[in-house]
Amino acid sequence: MTLSRPAKVLLRVFAGLVMAAIYLPLLLVILNSFNATTSGAFPISDFTTRWWVAAWHNEGVRAALWTSIQVATIATVIALVLGTMIAFALSRYAFFGKNVVNLLVVLPIALPGIVTGVALNNTFKTVLEPLGIGLGLFSVIVGHATFCVVMVFNNVQARLGRMNRGLEEAAMDMGANLPRTFIDVTFPGFRSAFIGGGLLAFALSFDEIVVTTFTAPPGTETLPIWIFNNMSRPNQAPVVNVIAAVLIIVSMIPVYLSQRLTGDDKR
Amino acid sequence: MAWLGVLYIGSLVLLFITAFWSTDPFTSKVIPGFTLENFREILTVPAYQQTALRTVGIALAVTALCALLALPLGLYMAKIASPRMRAVLAIGITLPLWAGYLVKVFSWRITFMTGGPLDWLLTPLGLNGPGYGTAALVVTLSYLWFPYMAVPVYAAFRQIPDNLFDASADLGAKGWTTVRTVALPLLKPAFIAGSIFTFSLSLGDYIAAQFVGGTTQVIGTVIASNINLNPPLAAAFATVPVVVVVAYLFLARKSGALQQL
Repeated sequence: MTLSRPAKVLLRVFAGLVMAAIYLPLLLVILNSFNATTSGAFPISDFTTRWWVAAWHNEGVRAALWTSIQVATIATVIALVLGTMIAFALSRYAFFGKNVVNLLVVLPIALPGIVTGVALNNTFKTVLEPLGIGLGLFSVIVGHATFCVVMVFNNVQARLGRMNRGLEEAAMDMGANLPRTFIDVTFPGFRSAFIGGGLLAFALSFDEIVVTTFTAPPGTETLPIWIFNNMSRPNQAPVVNVIAAVLIIVSMIPVYLSQRLTGDDKR
Repeated sequence: MAWLGVLYIGSLVLLFITAFWSTDPFTSKVIPGFTLENFREILTVPAYQQTALRTVGIALAVTALCALLALPLGLYMAKIASPRMRAVLAIGITLPLWAGYLVKVFSWRITFMTGGPLDWLLTPLGLNGPGYGTAALVVTLSYLWFPYMAVPVYAAFRQIPDNLFDASADLGAKGWTTVRTVALPLLKPAFIAGSIFTFSLSLGDYIAAQFVGGTTQVIGTVIASNINLNPPLAAAFATVPVVVVVAYLFLARKSGALQQL
């Protein structure tokens, strides 16, 4: 496109600044996890690795991590099953109220998490608790599943829309029954969308805090809740720093690698 | 699938019903029975009124800031950067999405801390960072939701054929005129799609407000502090973002932006 040279330079500088603004704060967290003093004053003068050791041996962190993994795994499995079923129902069959269902499925991500959280909290307390199902791991999983389903649904539905139905018909014509066709033809067709949606759901659940605060009973901590509870406690601050630094590294490296592996800029 | 749908939709419906109930001021027990008292309180108590308006204002500011940053960045990535640079930037803007919500809030809490990096950077210039407050909150929220705006805008920029820009230049339009008259109208659905997320997510946030907002009260903090003491009031307050978001979605649907999601 025709832009003057200064304009191009200006835009390049601008892009550089945006990238700096995106990554400098994250770098700060990593740097700060090696800060020997607990005051957090800047610039950092003394470096140490002892907070990393302390974090590794922290029981609270381990328990919270385990809870997070459990919740994210179960919520993802539920999301994979339900999300795929809804995607099939909406893209393959016409039925009464289809548009309404379509809107309702997207609602959990369009509405702020706090609304979902308060709504579920309210239901569990006023309706389900008298029936014996109070707040617990179950309510946390239900809360997470609501938006995890959307992730899987979105991914799978987009792929189903682009798939060639002729292949399935061909398989049936050649004598494959319905399950056979599904396993050999249909599923491989949307497998990568299925896996992608699952990964996204898992990552979202692992990171979720708002819905969790409202659906978790006192004492149940996922990793984000643990960080949240310890963020303003001065004596825990260094450990929180380390956990935050680990989360940055752990979450970004696999994503970066997978993006590089699947090829450059496919958009 | 039915139980999940019923539970979720049922909860939303129950939330709306609860918004019309009341609480016994002595026992904090919820009393069923129709009353408009909660909504009257939100609309007439000045503190609540201001909180609701302030939250919507913050959400609008965040959306505007994200859009302002996404436009030149998208232009650079889609039309000027080399393919290699474009790939790096495309990964660069989506990667932080995975870093974790709390970690990002935390990183800005460090940045805005008194005596922290921002103050350190600005002191030689004779300035001070804004500290924790509304400005810090707007910056933090913009940071959190920026990818939701940048990605669709960049994708839309990529889909504009180069010869449209060439044609505009041939007709004598300068760079900025081309962006304004050719690109912007074509980017509108992408901006609307992005704004749904930046706006709605900002509206419901309360954790960032707690950590970098200083004394700034938003709808989320009011809901969170009332959820145990006065559930009906919390429920009534929760309907505010719902009403605003649904109205917003309705307007967005008319513009055809929902197909872009």
